[in-house]
Amino acid sequence: MIVRISDDAVAIACGADDVAAAFITAGVAVERVSSWGMQWLEPLVEIDGVGFGPVSVDQVPAIINGSAPSVGRIEEHPFIANQTRLTFARAGKTRPLSLDDYYASEGWLGLAKAHEMGAEATIATVTTSGLRGRGGAGFPAGIKWQTVARADGDQKYIVCNADEGDSATFADRMVMEGDPFMLIEGMAIAGFAVGADKGYVYIRSEYPHAIAKMEAAIKLSSHLIAPFVIEVRVGAGAYVCGEETSLLNSLEGKRGEVRAKPPLPALEGLFGKPTIVNNVLTLAAVPWILTHGGEAYAEFGAGRSKGTMPIQIAGNVKHGGLFEVAFGITLGELVNDIGGGTASGRPVRCVQVGGPLGAYIPPAQFHLPLDYEAFAAADALVGHAGITVFDDTVDMAQMARFAMEFCAIESCGKCTPCRLGSTRGMETIDQIIAGKNVEENLALIADLSETMKFGSLCALGGFTPYPVMSAIKHFPEDFR
Amino acid sequence: MVSIADILTEHKDREGPLLPVLHDVQKQFGHVSEDAIREIADVLNLTRADVYGVVSFYHDFRKEPEARPVLKLCRAEACKSRGVEALVPLAESQNRIKIEAVYCLGLCSVGPSAMVGDKVYARLDSARLRTLLEAM
Repeated sequence: MIVRISDDAVAIACGADDVAAAFITAGVAVERVSSWGMQWLEPLVEIDGVGFGPVSVDQVPAIINGSAPSVGRIEEHPFIANQTRLTFARAGKTRPLSLDDYYASEGWLGLAKAHEMGAEATIATVTTSGLRGRGGAGFPAGIKWQTVARADGDQKYIVCNADEGDSATFADRMVMEGDPFMLIEGMAIAGFAVGADKGYVYIRSEYPHAIAKMEAAIKLSSHLIAPFVIEVRVGAGAYVCGEETSLLNSLEGKRGEVRAKPPLPALEGLFGKPTIVNNVLTLAAVPWILTHGGEAYAEFGAGRSKGTMPIQIAGNVKHGGLFEVAFGITLGELVNDIGGGTASGRPVRCVQVGGPLGAYIPPAQFHLPLDYEAFAAADALVGHAGITVFDDTVDMAQMARFAMEFCAIESCGKCTPCRLGSTRGMETIDQIIAGKNVEENLALIADLSETMKFGSLCALGGFTPYPVMSAIKHFPEDFR
Repeated sequence: MVSIADILTEHKDREGPLLPVLHDVQKQFGHVSEDAIREIADVLNLTRADVYGVVSFYHDFRKEPEARPVLKLCRAEACKSRGVEALVPLAESQNRIKIEAVYCLGLCSVGPSAMVGDKVYARLDSARLRTLLEAM
């Protein structure tokens, strides 16, 4: 009997190491694999395809002797069966640092294909796929690559943005902890396509497991991606470094302050050289696209949102985890059908999509399809596709205040609307909560939000108005 | 014992060496002192103001040592939706352990979550948080 248990941070935080140790003590072989992403079941124990979870140490003997109740065959579980896993095809199935497992599951085929077809055709394939930046901005990856490929420069860089700071997002972390070779392959393909020989993965310091896995995987695979070289760099607790120009400054060893654009990083990026800055999920999607073709990827999705999106269902939700599916699925399906409603069993009051800079959306808008354009039309954003579910005990005035507070804490200080606006916004919402001059202060917040939205240098100050104004618009009763 | 000079020697020829240097100094000494800033600036050919500016910008770097053990409690939206705010009074009812806010550990469906050193803890409730604090 071989028992498979994830060594992903969620599994470990829920006690997977102790459970694994208990099996080993009982004389059972344990394989540590990536996570299936069924996080409400972690620690999830898999034996011959059948799952048990969440497992505690005292349930180990019953699992070994076959008397413990299971959740059935994992691959047939609706949460898994209803997904379209391209980027997460290996999730739950392979050992993260096993090159053998990676080879055996289409590993390195994308890179080989790129070498075979050449740099220009590689970029054309990415363009055909319709892949858009998964970090939140949704910029077409092929166009960015083309720009860097055509830019003049003796040195070019591939920078992987792994500063996944948004609450309710963990897909980048799962890629790095569960399938690090896929990200390495994606970066190597990007490097080959645009003529860059050096890549950096900028990982936030709050992700020690991802840092360790990426460093180990880079060591194990360096000969397979040579002459391309990848180095891990660790962030230092600044949310704003997820913004690409701030991230570049941080990599250069500076304060993580935002740079004005233009110049675009594609032309003057890291150390002033042409640089691709792509999110983990963008680069991780590339090996599949090269292996199966750009058209195959573009067959998934809706409108101009092509392919699949690894959606992260989080917060007060019954079935939280990683759900990869083609664009176009509605919020209601995600929250109610797949997520199963709230974990607390109370009614869903709202969800926040896209992290701390994303809008709060009430159930009345759960018909919205997950699609960059459809969300933008509803004054919301897809962002990194993290969904936080709240039940009816949430106080939306407090959440609006927190949006301003978070912006004040994390503002880099470079531009005035963000630096000062966030603090004044927090104070003004405090006045509203205290019942002082409510209507005048709400008007002031609306005005301030306009200023922040259009006057800030980057999305931190520019998008903080989304959670604030959506909370006021959809839940006015919490402010009066 | 690794010295600041050793750390600088290890990193100084890398591209953009300052953050890796500061991480190692912070890890080794628990903070980045005035003297360390002076030495780093000297070797990396930066001004002390440049280095100080970087140290003060990032939440991970401390200018003063912290004698107490530190528990980082996630206070971001997903953990708020799962009730972390109700745990804050308990966490702060003692003075032996420093409680710091962190904004997201990426454990957003199994919160409230916390981190001690490199170890992560999820599904915290009053009992589990109390046990965790007592074990520190």
